Amino acid sequence: MALTAGELPAVEIPAGVRAAERARIEAIARGSRAAVAIFAGEAGGGSGVLVSADGYALTNFHVVQPAGVAMKCGLSDGRLYDAVLVGLDPTGDVALVKLVGRDDFPFAELADSDLVEVGDFCFAAGNPFLLATDFRPSISAGIVSGTRRYQFPAGTILEYADCLQVDAAINPGNSGGGLFDAEGRVIGVNGRASFEKRGRVNVGVGYAISSNQLRQFLGCLKGGRLVDHATLGATVATADDGRVVVSDILESSDAYRRGLRYDDEVVSLAGRPVRTVNALKNILGTLPAGWRVPLVYRRAGRRREVLVRLAGLHTSGELAKIVSGGAETETPGEGEEKRPGRPGDSAPHGDGQKPAVDIPPALAGLYEPRNGFTNFHFNAVELDRVARRVATRHPFPAGDAAWVVSGSLEKGQPFRIELSDQRATIDLPTGTSSIDATGELDATPAPPGSGGLLAALVLWRRLLREGPATLGRTTYWGTVPHWSTEPPTDGQAGAGDLTAAPGTRGGAPLVDVLDTAAASVEGRFLVADDGFVLGIDLWPTPDADPCEVRFSPGEGLPTAMEVRHGDEVFGRFRIERIDVEAPAEGRQDTDAETPADGGTT
Amino acid sequence: MRTCAMPETPTRGASLLAFVVTAVIGAVGAVALLGAVARGATPEETIAGGARRVVKLYGAGGVRGLEAYQTGILVSPQGHIVTVLSTVLDSDGIDCVLDDGRRYPATLLGADPRRELAVLSIAGEDLPCYELPTLDEAAPAQAGAAVGGVSPGTRVFALSNLFGVAVGDERVSAQHGVISSIVPLEARRGAHEAPYRGNVYILDCTTSNPGSAGGALIDWRGRLVGMLGKELRATATGVWLNYALPVDEVARGYRSVLGAGVDALATPEPDGLPYDVALLGIVLVPDLLDKTPPFVESIRDGSVSAGAGLRADDLLVAVNGRSVASRSAVQQRLAALADGDPVQVTVIRDGGIVECDLGPKPRAGGKP
Repeated sequence: MALTAGELPAVEIPAGVRAAERARIEAIARGSRAAVAIFAGEAGGGSGVLVSADGYALTNFHVVQPAGVAMKCGLSDGRLYDAVLVGLDPTGDVALVKLVGRDDFPFAELADSDLVEVGDFCFAAGNPFLLATDFRPSISAGIVSGTRRYQFPAGTILEYADCLQVDAAINPGNSGGGLFDAEGRVIGVNGRASFEKRGRVNVGVGYAISSNQLRQFLGCLKGGRLVDHATLGATVATADDGRVVVSDILESSDAYRRGLRYDDEVVSLAGRPVRTVNALKNILGTLPAGWRVPLVYRRAGRRREVLVRLAGLHTSGELAKIVSGGAETETPGEGEEKRPGRPGDSAPHGDGQKPAVDIPPALAGLYEPRNGFTNFHFNAVELDRVARRVATRHPFPAGDAAWVVSGSLEKGQPFRIELSDQRATIDLPTGTSSIDATGELDATPAPPGSGGLLAALVLWRRLLREGPATLGRTTYWGTVPHWSTEPPTDGQAGAGDLTAAPGTRGGAPLVDVLDTAAASVEGRFLVADDGFVLGIDLWPTPDADPCEVRFSPGEGLPTAMEVRHGDEVFGRFRIERIDVEAPAEGRQDTDAETPADGGTT
Repeated sequence: MRTCAMPETPTRGASLLAFVVTAVIGAVGAVALLGAVARGATPEETIAGGARRVVKLYGAGGVRGLEAYQTGILVSPQGHIVTVLSTVLDSDGIDCVLDDGRRYPATLLGADPRRELAVLSIAGEDLPCYELPTLDEAAPAQAGAAVGGVSPGTRVFALSNLFGVAVGDERVSAQHGVISSIVPLEARRGAHEAPYRGNVYILDCTTSNPGSAGGALIDWRGRLVGMLGKELRATATGVWLNYALPVDEVARGYRSVLGAGVDALATPEPDGLPYDVALLGIVLVPDLLDKTPPFVESIRDGSVSAGAGLRADDLLVAVNGRSVASRSAVQQRLAALADGDPVQVTVIRDGGIVECDLGPKPRAGGKP
């Protein structure tokens, strides 16, 4: 029996259904506007999805790899835009590009993929088989078939961890395009599918990189970096009783320094329970190297909770080799959709030979190669953005006036810290320490037990007073979760719950990080959205515990400072005032006294 | 008026609209997804409820083209599982992993070779399960007709361990689709004709994936309507078929296995199926190759073959003096004998030739 036109008027369509239909049409229209058709010339192409009005679009590493630095991108308005490669995450198969020519690009919001459930409606908007000669994307719809899937990497790259599995058709050319929810928000970036014996066409099994993983890497990618994924420095195995236990651990890892040992049970990482080996891979696979996350482990019935710094899976040399078309990328995993192309194409993708860097005029000035980076130009852009915010938030007078920070310790005893261009001195009830601020800062971490507090404060003063330019080699690192002071404890689910609302990471908002290498030390500044410098981690020697300084924001100046080294709290300082003293040269500062917010002067 | 998938009025409107929308804009029925769930469980809840009754099975295989995993459906609280009869089950150690990650060893209770359905058992209690219809209720699915509310156009979810993606406590995959038609199965796998010729549900979603076989086909109200079939091609066209065995056939197969007990494995069907060496108590290695050498995997205790001294790892080289080069040749040679004919097999064991007299060929349906 066929449905004939004559029967249609008899159907009473409920208003709710009509509204649902309208909502879906609108969602698909929204998704379509944000869809990007990426053309990599001879090498084929793929898809992308715009995530900001100024033209940042996410796609797959394996889509842009053959394209090189510059590419052409079509939008559903039928126009072709120039785009430049910004950042790469080859391990996670993610790339960030920037379209140019507008500041009002249509874009889609990144949703919270942790809220996605199996059975949810979803759709893909992309350019399968490069069909869209008018750049209007093809839409395929379906349901979410699975969440938190793990797909093995090819070698050490193109790992799909904690990904979404969908039965919406994902075909060659869909790679890099957005996977959208019923509201037209991005829940993932399609990149891979299981194929079997019937050739490289969809069999109802596609995989998308989750939007939450993308969000965690976005800061690093915007900084033009070549981003690596995280490793715990330990391997785990399933014990006979089902517990996930440490089967091997590197003594140089932070996890080891935080006390994790062979045979300890891993209970949770980054706020998510670890009940299987796959679960740990899923969690780690979504985290950038260099992040610090809560780890809960158990030994002999005793539960311990620490924050661990995650190391990188690769050396920067290894990553660079992969990106330049090293042998590793030639062995993609099962079903990996490597080079999308037209059906029947003889796939003329150059054998590892990349197109010469040929920047079209529209992209002039937007590309700067540098070792360890994808496109250093964008690092300068982000560094400048953060530096401006820092300067606005901390309006210290420039010049060489000394700063005197004073206040009280936890038990009420006074402290005094004097920071000048020449020296840094701290007076504590336990004694006075001092370092030379003019030379190398790695000589002796002072005061003893702090791990290098004075050196950290010297850098802090330089950053606040002069900006990053005076610090030495400073770059924009990306974003990290800012854990308040304590690692989350049992029963305080919210504190370490990385599955909470997007952007907040469960009480740990993502904040900007500046990396600096100056005077023989390495430092890392955490900067809040408003430009407040939340903290400094300072390493007098690499692969050791840094001195960690955390400032509590006040209206103007920090109201408190906590200093940690390793597992110990060195001290909690209540800052009552910061005085900018008349410089030795006699230059006067009329407004020499700056009361700290909330301080008692 | 078109026969609708959902008998209730509110959902009828939604499913009709779904067809209209599908025709107009050529997309999958998201409106249906939203509209049909105005009452009762959401699709997310329906899938979650169904997935708890679906298990991941691991057994023999792992050779290229033959996966060592498939899917099963819990059909009794005590741990009976229905699945497809396949080489995955040709293993002494079948592992069964529940939705919550619990792992059980599974025992093969028996099989219905005609429906290619096997029944496994795990030592569980109070397990979530589907209740199969009793045989009286279950009328065979008619081509093109509605059975128990299931007709062409019914929207369904397929729940299966496709591609072995889900491991441990990870939930099996869910796909959505529509029962496109109800037709007799005419399919083959290589040169092997599928023995079941009854009606199956043809689906519009790709379920002929590795590991999908034995998965649950449920409707939008969460009822079990079928069991996902094997990877087969249509005899006429060679197209890979996405099909499911209707639940009434699943129930018949299940009850026939239970009724017949363990020996159901040896029950030959009357329609000229290949003779099964299992009648003699011989389990051969899985038939993985064009010409799988007929090595003995194991010998059932108490069988005539055990009595005659056959052992695991023996290689069958002749039946009644005529050479057999492959597993299928053994079956053919045995099938050519009349019931009651003497059966003598020649095997190679430790480099030597050993003759074994198995006595008269067992009668079909008889005890080995």
